[in-house]
Amino acid sequence: MTVNFATEVITSKGDKLSFNTGLFINNEFVEGANTIDVINPTNGEKICAVQAAEEAQVNAAVDAAEKAYREVWSKTPSRDRARLMHKLADLIDANVDEIAKIETLDNGKGIAFSKGYDIPEVSKTLRYFAGFADKLHGKVIETEGKLSYTRHEPIGVCAAIIPWNFPLMMAGWKLGPALCTGNVVVLKTSEITPLSALKLAELIKEAGFPPGVINIITGYGAIAGDKLARHPKVGKVAFTGSTAVGRMIMKASSESNLKKITLELGGKSPNIIFDDADLDQAVAWAHKGVFFNHGQCCCAGTRIFVQEGIYDKFLERFKEYTSKTKVGDPFDQDTFQGPQVSQVQFDRIMSYIKTGKEEGATCFMGGNRLGDSGYFIEPTVFTDVKGSMKIMQEEIFGPVVAVSKFKDVDDVIDKAHDTTYGLAAAVFTQNITRAVTVANRLEAGTVWVNCYNELDYNTPFGGYKQSGIGRENGEYALENYYQVKAVKINVGL
Amino acid sequence: MVQPDLQTVRLSNGKEITVHTQLFINNEFVPGHGPLIETINPATEEVICSVHSADKQDVDAAVNAAATCFKDTWRKVAPAEKARLIHKLADLMERDRDELATLDALDNGKAFTVARDVDITDSIACYRYFAGWADKIHGKTIDTTFDKLCYTRHEALGVVGAVIPWNYPTMMAAWKFAPALAAGNCIVMKTSEITPLPAYKFAALVKEAGFPAGVVNIITGYGHTTGSFLGSHPLVSKMAFTGSTATGRKIMESSSSSNLKKLQLELGGKSAQIVCADADLDKAAEWSCGGIFNNHGQSCNAGSRILVHESVHDQFLELFIKHTKAMIKIGDPFDEDTFQGPQISKGQFEKILNYIEIGKKEGAIVSYGGKRWGNKGYYIEPTVFTNCHNQMRVMREEIFGPVVVIAKFKTIEEAIDIANDSDYGLAGGVYTTDLDTAITVTNEVKTGTMWVNCFDVFDQSTPFGGYKQSGFGKELGKYALQEYTQVKVVKILRSSKI
Repeated sequence: MTVNFATEVITSKGDKLSFNTGLFINNEFVEGANTIDVINPTNGEKICAVQAAEEAQVNAAVDAAEKAYREVWSKTPSRDRARLMHKLADLIDANVDEIAKIETLDNGKGIAFSKGYDIPEVSKTLRYFAGFADKLHGKVIETEGKLSYTRHEPIGVCAAIIPWNFPLMMAGWKLGPALCTGNVVVLKTSEITPLSALKLAELIKEAGFPPGVINIITGYGAIAGDKLARHPKVGKVAFTGSTAVGRMIMKASSESNLKKITLELGGKSPNIIFDDADLDQAVAWAHKGVFFNHGQCCCAGTRIFVQEGIYDKFLERFKEYTSKTKVGDPFDQDTFQGPQVSQVQFDRIMSYIKTGKEEGATCFMGGNRLGDSGYFIEPTVFTDVKGSMKIMQEEIFGPVVAVSKFKDVDDVIDKAHDTTYGLAAAVFTQNITRAVTVANRLEAGTVWVNCYNELDYNTPFGGYKQSGIGRENGEYALENYYQVKAVKINVGL
Repeated sequence: MVQPDLQTVRLSNGKEITVHTQLFINNEFVPGHGPLIETINPATEEVICSVHSADKQDVDAAVNAAATCFKDTWRKVAPAEKARLIHKLADLMERDRDELATLDALDNGKAFTVARDVDITDSIACYRYFAGWADKIHGKTIDTTFDKLCYTRHEALGVVGAVIPWNYPTMMAAWKFAPALAAGNCIVMKTSEITPLPAYKFAALVKEAGFPAGVVNIITGYGHTTGSFLGSHPLVSKMAFTGSTATGRKIMESSSSSNLKKLQLELGGKSAQIVCADADLDKAAEWSCGGIFNNHGQSCNAGSRILVHESVHDQFLELFIKHTKAMIKIGDPFDEDTFQGPQISKGQFEKILNYIEIGKKEGAIVSYGGKRWGNKGYYIEPTVFTNCHNQMRVMREEIFGPVVVIAKFKTIEEAIDIANDSDYGLAGGVYTTDLDTAITVTNEVKTGTMWVNCFDVFDQSTPFGGYKQSGFGKELGKYALQEYTQVKVVKILRSSKI
């Protein structure tokens, strides 16, 4: 069975990459209902085809997971769960080179980032959560005439539906807390970027995870994702993606078995720069804040608010800094920005750029396609924007930022909050009172001070308002993967 | 002519009391723009009075009052002051305990003594418990890289919407208000239009205690109108709902199509009480009797299935019926020795009687009761079905009345399987003297609460909430605070160059 879907591709640099394109169910690579072509965003060409899941395959994966939970995983001691997670982390580190190249080939992100950030974050996350496996504590609660205690029990079968922007890292953020709390997982990757998780699947088997504990499938969201979200044997679904699909997931749960949900959705995060900020630092962080990962970040700082006194100076330095962005072949070591992930995303971003101009904003720099092959877009900056414009309200998910000015704290807080989202925010200032006050007031799940996009696997990440429900990473992630039972034993009533 | 807020109503014992009937918004009783709704006395089937109901503009007014209060006032009130106000509210509830209990008994039909000694008493305890948490909601500092200071804040959500049922009017309100207030939120609560009166007395005490206007807002109306407006409101950050699973689905759907508000659902149940061969049978019979018949069976966590080991079945049944006869005195809610009053409404009354017919048709045997009691008021005899198996509708569907279904089991494993063979997972119990059995059963049965050698025993400090389709989220205990806060992480980088 494994032999049928083993695949090899060669990169533009001549690297040979091997992975298996089957659905990974019960530790085997199996056939899907059909296949989906995986496209190289650097040139629009087909890399390979992968097996795709529809209802029957989703059912098979869930059944395999449920059986593995019932017969094996629910009886596996926590230290053994931890050991397996550590082993997987070790295998990821040992194979970081090949995995990073697969990630770069599939997603288009610069090789320096896949190798230096994305893939290492996966093993760090797994190790972090492995450490929690045997430290999941219930409580003993003083009550009259009784011994009362709580158990933090696994949910059982957890589904995870992940996006294409950080393909393997998103898998790590779900697998970590799900496995350490004793659950089994059916992971549906994005059909746009399925390859790195398929490589991970080989390592999962090699690490020694029992069959069915982790199942990895891909397929269209409207088919495989929907079936998972409605499956009666799935106790919880964790979703990262667009707000529009987040709504569908919640609706699907309401119409099926009321499975628990966590949602990590979109954002339109404000980056606020006060006139006492270290300007050069603010410029550099603002650049990273929006152009990192080609703007394909839910927490991207896509609205920059600059205090009016330094506005012109900021724009000048930001333009200069941004003009040095190296956009090019993701397999070049010094490429900062590769192509956008797909034709659909490319078209969408270009459409927003067009809308921005039509709405009367000034395209201060960029705004064009780069080259004539692949989905490359120039880093783009809009000025003269109004809060009501589409480019200020809607998530573009590309290398496009809107810069505007503000007067004072109250003015900028109102502007920052003029959004249905609340994922992240940043404030640049050297004044402690201002830093703390503004951080307290901002309606966002993460507030950065004098930096941006500093993510850590042990600090919680998640949204206020319509940016989502629940937190990932850190100890806070755990409560989304266990359920609490209270046991109350009468010994003296 | 707008119905004035205050109405005089007459109790069955001849006494007269005054009740509020208008909506409580921004610390004022104001008329509603929805239809007047009659609230019925279930003991007499007569109209008590009419109350105002909220339409969309009233819901908007209430939510806006809460939002403005949160932004301008409540979020700046020190936690210790919030705690002091909640304690003051509890003090006033203690002072007016009898009046609150009277309203619960009048509107809901539960016995006055039960309302006073359980519902109101536990509600007061709930407020006091959560008041203690108000100034103890801690974030964390988290070490990441050497150059960053990272900390979390557990912030209030802002405006919380709550929709509560009719089975414990004052107590269901307490379970939502207490943690929501302690965590710093402002609230708009929709009471059940079947039992709207008790919460308005409570509202008057909120104002007397000194809560700023807009912290607590209480409205009533139909679920499909008022409840729906609240559930889809863009300024409401969270909906906390207790009620039927069917309505829970609608609340979740409404969140998905509005602003993806956070949710907490406390839904139905079909909890199993497992009686083992080595149980103290007399005590098991006594506890399990209360486990189903408390509150006239109108409890989401009612132990409505009893699974008895075949070797002790007949003995247990005899004891169970003995305790039922001794314990369950049916009568007027205001009689001192009444244990069981009427069911809440005509609709529920007919539904329960219909389930009794279904049970008979399915082959279950009525071993006790099975009929209406008296000929006025929605009274139903405590009813015991035997000869049941777990595929019967009366073993699977929530009846929400004084009807228990009893089945036999051979082995503990079988009992656990039967208990778990349900879409629900709210509560359960096991009666045994054996240590291994107690631990095995409580570990393996998939529910949010497991009682051992008791049932239906609640504490303010232990979490309550369902597994599976009984809902998600916890009420009571420190766990409840999570439901009413959101986590923000602040990450400060000391001067470090990129």
